[in-house]
Amino acid sequence: MSTEGARGGDPGARAFVLTGVRYRDILDIDHLELDSCRISAIVGPSGGGKTTLLRCLNRLTSPDAGEILFRGEPIETLDPVELRRRVVMLAQLPVIFPDNLEENLLIGCRLSERPLPEPEAMTAMLQRVGLDKPLDADTARLSGGEKQRLALARVMLMDPEILLLDEPSASLDGETEEQVFALITDFCRERCRTLVLVTHSEAEFSGYYDTLVRIRAGRVENVRQREAG
Amino acid sequence: MEGLMEGLREGFVRIELVYLGLGYLLILLLLVLVRLKKLGKGWEITLASLRMTVQLIAVGFVLTYVFSWQKLWITVLIFLVMEGFAIYTVFGRVKKKIFPALRLVIALSMAAGTTGALAYFLFVIVRVQPWYDPRYFIPVAGMIIGNSMNGIVIGVERLSSGMRSQLERLEGALMLGASTREAARPFVKEAFSAGIMPIVNNMMGMGIVFLPGMMTGQILSGIAPMEAIKYQIAIMLGIAGSVAVSVFLVTEFGHRRFFNRDSQVRPEVTALRS
Repeated sequence: MSTEGARGGDPGARAFVLTGVRYRDILDIDHLELDSCRISAIVGPSGGGKTTLLRCLNRLTSPDAGEILFRGEPIETLDPVELRRRVVMLAQLPVIFPDNLEENLLIGCRLSERPLPEPEAMTAMLQRVGLDKPLDADTARLSGGEKQRLALARVMLMDPEILLLDEPSASLDGETEEQVFALITDFCRERCRTLVLVTHSEAEFSGYYDTLVRIRAGRVENVRQREAG
Repeated sequence: MEGLMEGLREGFVRIELVYLGLGYLLILLLLVLVRLKKLGKGWEITLASLRMTVQLIAVGFVLTYVFSWQKLWITVLIFLVMEGFAIYTVFGRVKKKIFPALRLVIALSMAAGTTGALAYFLFVIVRVQPWYDPRYFIPVAGMIIGNSMNGIVIGVERLSSGMRSQLERLEGALMLGASTREAARPFVKEAFSAGIMPIVNNMMGMGIVFLPGMMTGQILSGIAPMEAIKYQIAIMLGIAGSVAVSVFLVTEFGHRRFFNRDSQVRPEVTALRS
């Protein structure tokens, strides 16, 4: 199950509303809204605060000032672990454990106390991310790009309400990057999930986003909306 | 000669002061060898042998008085001083790797592990009367506290260095919705294992690789080997129990101090990363 908003909060509310959010000299956001069921791309130069913004949404970092509403509720009033189970984040450098593919896929559901997926579902997800390897294959021989796709498969198997992805295509070549963008956005659209994705590849991602947020020196420079259609 | 005969009547060989003085010739030998090697550590060695002599004589006087008094409050006071000194030593040895929030956990783990094991040793295994008899209490407490101190130092160091060096892994688990307990589990497990390994290895080699000091001392003082061995086994069990409890507590409760109320890795932990 898991239609968006079914596990608490106001399903009609925006996924996130940020007002006056400040964090050291890294982030200084006056106002930003991120809609539910939409694909939002966060772009901008390196060191501009994109990753810190994602960390604030995942509550891995707490802002020094301001308010972040998650589905209409102040984020600090929610249990951080419960919030992270609904708003799952994937870091730019994926954490891959020295074990086989199956264990690496299961760890996301184990850590977040979700029901474990069946082997068939895991194999199908591996194929979907273009990792045509058996579940008992060792992760030691995976390339950087393969590790990134494995980590993506892990979070997609968790099927959270909101996915925060930090540069999910950083280790991928151009062609694979396009495939991965298509795969993630298809996955989120077919389930009406919210995706917030930080990327350097603005041009490559241009065909996929609904909202483009440009951040420079911690400030929102502009927000471009594209009508769903 | 008279002393030797008296000692033999008591079941052990007394060392005459004159002959003990001859033992210092071995230090002279060491000094000569060091000089030949041009190590320049002559003064350090002289000071070390002097300190060893003075410190042991002072302890000898203290123990002589303490043993003759057999007062509860004196025994407890000495125990508290030993505990305090051990905790202070732990703080000093892991200074760069701990932050204030962890200090209380270290102190309480040390106190709980050593007191519990010492009580079990005195009341259940040896059943010494009175339980605060300093002849038993102080040497046993010293061995238990010393070993727990080493276990805690290793456990805290491993926990701290593991969490800091693999911060991505720790935060990667939190991002997925892991509780702090689950995220830290592999680091806690490794730290506990590292903390108890010295005492496990010690038990493995005991009697084959080396004869423990306490047992050797008892045998030299005339106690039958099997009786000395029974004591040694009992003390090793007490030490193992104390180390296990202390290291378990310090890793189990210590890992929580690496996170704040929002289940985030504390800034002090990331700041210590270098």
